[in-house]
Amino acid sequence: MTQVKMTVNGKAASGDVEGRTLLASFLREDLGLTGTHIGCDTSQCGACVVHVNGEAVKACTMLAIEADGADVKTIESVANADGSLNVIQQAFQDHHGLQCGFCTPGMVMSASALLKDNPKPTEAEVRHYLDGNICRCTGYHNIVKAIMAASGQDVSALAAE
Amino acid sequence: MPKDGGIGASSKRREDIRFLTGEGNYTDDINLRGQAYVFFLRSDIAHGVLNSVDTSAAESMPGVVKIFTGADFEAVGSIPCGWQVTDKHGEVMQEPRHPVLAHGKVRHVGEPIAAVVAESLAEARDAAEAIVVDITDLPAVINMKDAVKEGAPKVHDDLTSNLCYDWGFVEENKGAVDKAFEEAHHVTTLELVNNRLVANPMEPRVAVGDYARGTGDHTLYTTSQNPHVIRLLMGAFVLGIPEHKLRVVAPDVGGGFGTKIFHYQEEAFCTFAAKACNRPVKWTSSRSEAFMSDAHGRDHVTKIQMALDKDNNFTALRTDTYANMGAYLSTFAPSVPTWLHGTLMAGNYKTPLIYVNVKAVFTNTVPVDAYRGAGRPEATYQLERLVDKCAHELGVDPIALRRQNFIMEFPYATPVAVEYDTGDYVATMDKLEEIADIAGFAARRKESEAKGKLRGFGVNCYIEACGIAPSNLVGQLGARAGLYESATVRVNATGGLVVMTGSHSHGQGHETAFPQVIAEMIGIPEHMIEIVHGDTANSPMGMGTYGSRSLAVGGSAMVRATEKIIAKAKKIASHLLEASEGDIELKDGAFTVAGTDKSVAWGDVTLAAYVPHNYPLEDIEPGLEETAFYDPSNFTYPSGAYACEVELDPETGQVTIERFSAADDFGNIVNPMIVTGQVHGGLAQGIGQALMENCSYDSDGQLLSASYMDYAMPRASDLPFYTVDHSCQTPCTHNPLGVKGCGEAGAIGSPPAVVNAVLDAMRSGGKDVGHIDMPVTPARVWAAMNS
Repeated sequence: MTQVKMTVNGKAASGDVEGRTLLASFLREDLGLTGTHIGCDTSQCGACVVHVNGEAVKACTMLAIEADGADVKTIESVANADGSLNVIQQAFQDHHGLQCGFCTPGMVMSASALLKDNPKPTEAEVRHYLDGNICRCTGYHNIVKAIMAASGQDVSALAAE
Repeated sequence: MPKDGGIGASSKRREDIRFLTGEGNYTDDINLRGQAYVFFLRSDIAHGVLNSVDTSAAESMPGVVKIFTGADFEAVGSIPCGWQVTDKHGEVMQEPRHPVLAHGKVRHVGEPIAAVVAESLAEARDAAEAIVVDITDLPAVINMKDAVKEGAPKVHDDLTSNLCYDWGFVEENKGAVDKAFEEAHHVTTLELVNNRLVANPMEPRVAVGDYARGTGDHTLYTTSQNPHVIRLLMGAFVLGIPEHKLRVVAPDVGGGFGTKIFHYQEEAFCTFAAKACNRPVKWTSSRSEAFMSDAHGRDHVTKIQMALDKDNNFTALRTDTYANMGAYLSTFAPSVPTWLHGTLMAGNYKTPLIYVNVKAVFTNTVPVDAYRGAGRPEATYQLERLVDKCAHELGVDPIALRRQNFIMEFPYATPVAVEYDTGDYVATMDKLEEIADIAGFAARRKESEAKGKLRGFGVNCYIEACGIAPSNLVGQLGARAGLYESATVRVNATGGLVVMTGSHSHGQGHETAFPQVIAEMIGIPEHMIEIVHGDTANSPMGMGTYGSRSLAVGGSAMVRATEKIIAKAKKIASHLLEASEGDIELKDGAFTVAGTDKSVAWGDVTLAAYVPHNYPLEDIEPGLEETAFYDPSNFTYPSGAYACEVELDPETGQVTIERFSAADDFGNIVNPMIVTGQVHGGLAQGIGQALMENCSYDSDGQLLSASYMDYAMPRASDLPFYTVDHSCQTPCTHNPLGVKGCGEAGAIGSPPAVVNAVLDAMRSGGKDVGHIDMPVTPARVWAAMNS
């Protein structure tokens, strides 16, 4: 067992982990931050995306000990200080960008990383960026729409429904 | 103007708040004090004699609590099948025993052989590696037609063959159908494969068993679409636990798509092991395990034929299908290729004579059961591909041929034993032609051709049957369960109310849509209404959510219970208003006396029910809580017309979806936003089946597509924005809401449109191959283009 220390959602966190413990497991099992989900075992689905030192990372591709000393942000830290949904979360609700909710934390974390680097992405850019996030419920239509809306673009004419 | 509440409003989903903030409560988020973890050692051999399982070395590994093998479950029941099909000779299907852990033989890759319970999942997995399993390989049967040949190796030695049943429907029509083919002016024949799929809800299955020694109470937390069904199947048939000592909880569930209907071994194991180990036992499926243990879907091999007269009227249809059951019968597996498939073969057409034959076959593969649509996509795909092929053979327009043969009058009794109550197939086709901008296709094709691409247009219609019922009929058809739904409406003293429903929401938005219905009925705000579901301890016996039944059946139960509430509340109001009960009207959350200005608010009536100081105690009981069970008199029949436009790169065979349009008739609609989202998701799964997804076995029974590295899940960049319209509405005539169900339509209605479009694109490039099987991958398209 090795002790790891990191900052998670602005607070100091530590724990004793095995070398093989994944960051995703550490967050879920040791810290009880169960908003980070695990949907596959081949780093494909993206349900576990968190931010490590400001970068979107699949928490199942990183060992907990690799995050020693890092600044980690999970879905639990995304809402506004008063608990209301932030602009991306609100856009997902407004545009029905989620159904079962399981992929949603990863989608929101990926979307916020995208919009940080590319504040006004095109539809194609959004779709390309989400290649590492699988959703089985929505057919992506409303996720793409929500992310574009969150970027301040008018999505009313994107597709008839 | 859009409504801002009640039926017809696109109310935003209240459940989104917890999902968007990471505060959902999925089964894997549940951790019980003192819990141990189980890892299943699964067979890596498809078919073999299980000679021995030596756990001695593993038992002394660190952290091991207890190791179980098939021998520990000899006194335990078989995982039950919930539907018994009777074959064309009047014999019941062959039904093998399905053990919790393999015993005697292994029959598919992924079948659990041993289960290690340990202090941590890592320790359980480590110890499983030290278990020595001795298996003598047997030849595996994978191909269905090989499996039913004389002398084929048998999946189950105690059955007479690998044929589960040979079903004929309607058997009495067979002679007349064959005669119509002899007399036909034209016969179109099509052989096709409906590719095997894996449902892949993003949340893998999880089960947590708990046992309280002090009371003898069992609790199972599980990723289920129907916790009451699991309680009944597992309690009564597998473990012998009566319902009052067994609670099944299905909390937030991350998608189901059918594959979380079924009762699985892992649920029974965790419940059993929690008692045996006297501590909670948790299993969390990895995605790799999910691929080889979740029930798969589809997997039909079909030959279908249409007979037409000289005027291009359909005169008869016959179809022969081999349907893969896998190694064991999953909960509803036998019903899928029969009653959920044969009854839909009329489609939208007035074909007078139909005969359906289905041979269900055991193979050394994972069990196959219902996946989004379940039987109806298989029926729709073969029929709508066939109709397109008819049109091209006859040189007529595929839409015109469809229109010519549409059913025009309702109710309509099909030759495959169902009666469509309502529909308007001309209206949905008209709407489709408008939203798909067929008029603009020629110009778009030119644009594609200018880029060196081929462009194709494909269309199809669909009909589906939702809310399968009534219970007495399905009982005659072999269902071992009723198919009603239940709701208890509990009104609180201050006027808010809670609905405890047997329906289960795993993405469908019941927590938002169901309150819209009651808000409309009573005239109170939606936020005063809460939906409780997913726990057998607090909701009445219900059958759960699948087959697009929640609103049509569960919603109807809720309406019936609310009607009882309103009837009683009117009695109370008539007492408070000192008026005749017959004169009391409920509107906008207040009871009024007709023709007067006397009124009493909803909240005053509910308060009187619980603080009955001024109350007709001699006539009615205090309190305001009612339960209803609703058993529909018929299926509902959503229908529609879909169009797909593809671009095909002749150099690579790559197909891209450029446009997809869906015109659906779902009857009345409670929440248009949710309905549209359901169609989007169905379309993605149907397009996925058509272009990408394929569950593939090699001839030894090794699963080749066992991870997201090998099974092609549709990504955002594989799919377009969809054009979805549900303005054509012919309400269902036999449920109180007039609703039909929308959950499966997209998956049912889209694969034939995609394939028809691909074939159209190929024809425009001078290549008419007649048919191409799904998934229409670049390799297949390129090979067909260059054949």
